[in-house]
Amino acid sequence: MLKKKLAAFLAVAMVAATVVGCGGEEKKETDAPAAKTEDDAPAADAEADTDAEADAEADTDAEADGAAASGELIKVGVINNDPNESGYRTANVNDLQEKFTEENGYDASFAYSLKNDEQITAAQKFIADGVDYLLLSAADTAGWDSVLKDAQDAGTTVILFDRTIDADESLYAASIVSDMEKEGQMAVDWLAGQNLDEYNVIHLQGVMGAAAQKGRTAALDAKFAEGWNKVTQQTAEWNAEKAQQIVQSVIDSGEKFNVIYAENDDMAKGAVAALDAANISHGVGKDVIIMGFDCNKWALEELLKGNWNYDGQCNPFQADYIDDVIKELEAGNELSEKVIMLEEQGFDATTITQEQVDEFGI
Amino acid sequence: MDKKQVKKSDDSLVMRIVRHQMFIPLAALLILAVFNLIADPGFFKITLKENSLGNPVLSGFLITILDSGSELAILAIGMTLVTAASGGQDISVGAAVAIAGSVLLRVLSGGNSRPETLATPIIVAFLVSCIVAAIFGAFNGVLVAYFKIQPMIATLILYTAGRSIAAWINNNELPVINDTTFTYFGGFIPGVPIPTPFFIAVICIIIISLVLKFTNLRLYTQSVGINENSSRLNGLNPAAIKVLSFVILGLCVAVVGLIKVSRISTINYSVIAKDIEMDAILAVALGGNALSGGKFNMASSILGAYVIQSLTQTLYKFKVSADALPAYKAAVVIVLVVISAPTVRDWFSNLSKKFKVKEVA
Repeated sequence: MLKKKLAAFLAVAMVAATVVGCGGEEKKETDAPAAKTEDDAPAADAEADTDAEADAEADTDAEADGAAASGELIKVGVINNDPNESGYRTANVNDLQEKFTEENGYDASFAYSLKNDEQITAAQKFIADGVDYLLLSAADTAGWDSVLKDAQDAGTTVILFDRTIDADESLYAASIVSDMEKEGQMAVDWLAGQNLDEYNVIHLQGVMGAAAQKGRTAALDAKFAEGWNKVTQQTAEWNAEKAQQIVQSVIDSGEKFNVIYAENDDMAKGAVAALDAANISHGVGKDVIIMGFDCNKWALEELLKGNWNYDGQCNPFQADYIDDVIKELEAGNELSEKVIMLEEQGFDATTITQEQVDEFGI
Repeated sequence: MDKKQVKKSDDSLVMRIVRHQMFIPLAALLILAVFNLIADPGFFKITLKENSLGNPVLSGFLITILDSGSELAILAIGMTLVTAASGGQDISVGAAVAIAGSVLLRVLSGGNSRPETLATPIIVAFLVSCIVAAIFGAFNGVLVAYFKIQPMIATLILYTAGRSIAAWINNNELPVINDTTFTYFGGFIPGVPIPTPFFIAVICIIIISLVLKFTNLRLYTQSVGINENSSRLNGLNPAAIKVLSFVILGLCVAVVGLIKVSRISTINYSVIAKDIEMDAILAVALGGNALSGGKFNMASSILGAYVIQSLTQTLYKFKVSADALPAYKAAVVIVLVVISAPTVRDWFSNLSKKFKVKEVA
């Protein structure tokens, strides 16, 4: 009996711990955006400037704001990937949660999943709830057609952010995307600009099929076709340990390489761990060039120290772009272009500054 | 081991070897070895080099297999016990590793995501993560043993929530530890050329084999797995033994968490030890253990773990394209698991008996 009671108590304690866990998480989420307000302040200023320039636009903005103030909140459903996925995603989620609040005239619901089918279920629920706008960052590019048709029938406007999908353009109003192709192209152009005698590249890919993987792979594949030597091209699924194993296996086989092109910072870190164990020098002016993506703060610090060579940005601060699009649409204006590209940049270890690390590190 | 079977049959030595539980993982390892030997003997080359800190380290494919396969071997120990006692598998292992790793980093960093020095000694942090992992293991165990929930369903709770809990423990920050001592656990101890994870795995294996030899854990676990009611009538407490097996798995998880986090000195909650539970279950199945519980052979599970790592490393070596990698792995795994399934083995031994009878006639 005593044991049973103890067991029951333990179970209750665990459930309580989980509940407390959730509570803690919410608290943290409200804390984090508060800390980020500073970062966004310049962006807000910029917005004010453009508003001042275009009077007509300012008027419509005021209208939209008025409608919001009178209690008519714009209902939006946000479908995003799991905030725990990466530092990039955490920054992205916080940015959106901070923007789509009642003060800004929105009644927002959020759904997070790394799985396409779960995201589709969430989308169907949002459509059934009658949201005005469905904001979508899809886990996978395929499989969205029927849901988006449902949304169209229900009069829900779909806006894609962060990632594109394979669906007809008529099914969504706008697409605000990180230009993964451009990120890849910028990185590869930078690499080509290093004028190495030969290019022996280890290419560590993300989860196959993800937009980031496809975009960042495309530019490099083009170069492989032109004659760069592909030492190995393998998916480490965004995972540092897998990247370490793959690079280790290349080192074990004794093949020559002088570039590691990792499609995110974690994998670059794993690769560097394998190089360190084999005493292969890496970084500025060393044997192996290290390239990563996403601009995590710790990664930019590695750049600053000269241990890595290049890091490509993937801009997570997208809420202002989405907000602008919604305001335009609410005002009844046509969007000038359907696909809106985010500003991206890449950092070179030889030119990066501490200010840039602080500003762009996520 | 199959003592009963061996006693009964008067088969030749070959048949006895073939029927031994260790045969399948050993044969698989041998086939992989021969395949690699023919394709490229460089697979077996081991060289002594210096790493970037100037310490001597061994390097080569075999060393990498011993290094990377160790986490899986440690998990296979716990998973074998859970499988034997409860007749089910724990699918929350990867998420639990994330929790254990997160706790470890939280205690080490003292809540500061960029600590200059360690806030607490590594051993203290490790013990705390052991306790937390054991509690989560007990949580799974209680659900299975006292609430009679199917193990896979019971552990689905932690599988779903675990990585979020792990992120919450560190306020969703990713602490980076800058202490060189901490890297020893997933790398090399200065002066010792063999990767530390292998030593840790060996220590775990020695501990579990001593426990199995000098306590009644094996007997009790097997009897609970074979028939819960009759073991209760014989004075055992089946529920306690099931919980105990989950707690032991929890401790294995804490050890793996230490190695994984030490490898990169930081953590990524969503991808650390991703899908490792599937490989751990596979190691148990490859070892020829019945996934429905009962008798088990610890050594063959551990061997199974290294077989899986050898397979992965071989596929990396032959640069199988990223799209095709899971398909190749699946094909090999299907063959191995089907051959090592108890029903198929029985069928084969019956077949060979019939064949023998005919021969005699």
